[in-house]
Amino acid sequence: MALLKLENLTVSYGAIEALKGISIEVEAGEVVTLVGANGAGKSTTLRTITGLLKPKTGKVLYEGKDISGIPTHHTVDLGICMSPEGRGIFANLTVLENLELGAFRQKDKQKIKADLEKVFHFFPRVKERIKQVAGTLSGGEQQMVAMGRALMARPRLLLLDEPSLGLAPLVVKTIFEAIDAINKDGATILLVEQNANAALNHSNRAYVLETGSIVLSGPSKELAQDPRIREAYLGE
Amino acid sequence: MLQTFIQQIINGLALGSIYALIALGYTMVYGVLRLINFAHGDVYMIGAFVGYYAAQKFGIASASGQISFGGALILMMTAMMASASLGVVIERFAYRPVRKYPRLTSLITAIGVSLLLENGGQVLFGADPKFFPILNSAVTYTFGSVTVRLTDIIIVVVSVSLMVLLQTIVLKTKLGKAMRAVSYNLDAAKLMGINTDFIIAFTFALGSALAAAAGILVSLSFPKIDPLIGVLTGLKAFVAAVLGGIGNITGAVLGGFLIGIAETMAAGYLPQSLNSYKDAVAFAILILVLLFKPAGLMGSVAPEKV
Repeated sequence: MALLKLENLTVSYGAIEALKGISIEVEAGEVVTLVGANGAGKSTTLRTITGLLKPKTGKVLYEGKDISGIPTHHTVDLGICMSPEGRGIFANLTVLENLELGAFRQKDKQKIKADLEKVFHFFPRVKERIKQVAGTLSGGEQQMVAMGRALMARPRLLLLDEPSLGLAPLVVKTIFEAIDAINKDGATILLVEQNANAALNHSNRAYVLETGSIVLSGPSKELAQDPRIREAYLGE
Repeated sequence: MLQTFIQQIINGLALGSIYALIALGYTMVYGVLRLINFAHGDVYMIGAFVGYYAAQKFGIASASGQISFGGALILMMTAMMASASLGVVIERFAYRPVRKYPRLTSLITAIGVSLLLENGGQVLFGADPKFFPILNSAVTYTFGSVTVRLTDIIIVVVSVSLMVLLQTIVLKTKLGKAMRAVSYNLDAAKLMGINTDFIIAFTFALGSALAAAAGILVSLSFPKIDPLIGVLTGLKAFVAAVLGGIGNITGAVLGGFLIGIAETMAAGYLPQSLNSYKDAVAFAILILVLLFKPAGLMGSVAPEKV
């Protein structure tokens, strides 16, 4: 049974249909990426999985159970955590407070401590900045805080929305290495990226989304060789 | 001259702490919902009336309409709890259903709730003024020609204690941290597993309780209450929140004291014939703020990092 299964999901903003019946499967342990242009519906997909948006029709199945439309704080309890588009960090709070908020539903102080150490292990830079107000951090550091904060909730399914957007190439490399390491550590990852090259290199399988529909899917290695992909997303 | 000044500062501190208490409710609700809760001044009025009826019901006031400190404290607790519940009910049934619509809808809803409370109050309590019990140990202290009323001291001490308590909740507790997260970014707060509906309701409860405390404190000092006392006081407190920078808790307190002092200064220094213009001071300040510092004294826009 797939960890996550989207069945014929349609989502609309008023009269505009953002997702036109997409079906996606993510197996436990995988890194799956959704690539596509701006406005293709990538973020909408993630936001629907977390319950921030409600589907019009179709289902979000998590471990076989229909979780479509349940409140976001309950999806967090199920182990679905997201680092949102634009990072969504609390710029007025310190880095530590941001991370503590990530563990909002965690009551066990010992576990919070252990999870903090884990975040520091993935992102040593975050530890250096721990007392700083998050708004004063560089874009790359903020991205690390956003991902670290998602890790604090002990995700089984980690959703990453454009983690490399607007970052310098060197930082992008660090972020993708962290994604590999987080996956090795046990989290299943659904990654949304415009940087199709890096996303395909760091994932097992990929779906290509165009104006709300899946147009291609398959193992990332194969898709990276597909001429249509190379032309449309890899700039060839 | 100096005595007038000191006298008006003292009066202004008392009045200002009332505005500050009410302004906190405006600013906190704005913080979490980006909504100007125009019914907030009326929640202050309801607080005063709950106190009035509680005094009768509990038989706290003496036959001559006087109460003790303990009695006043019981009235305040009762009013705070009742108003907190009212705030939660207003949020749940008036604002939450329209939250997904454009902001103008909520604003008009707020005006509707305000009218409902004012006119409903006139139906329920009657339009005639009622007289709140007065503190039987209400005395004044005189220093030279400066007079300090005990009720003013009580107003300032109780208000400041409540503000410190609020600040502790907001800065030191998990709920407070969740409130700050919600006010900064609602969706991101949801992704942390925060039940944002609960936090928003909690924010209304806190703000409404503070407004009720203000209602009781004012009534102990100026015992004539009617269903429209929340209108002007509420608007002035709203100006205080805007002056301080709406959404900013420290700003609301600062704005409250500044508006209070400005108003008493106007009362003290304007010639007798212009004295009734003291009520216009807050609105003159509002116009100046909107012209020259629209974000308010402590309001700021956080820089967005790319």
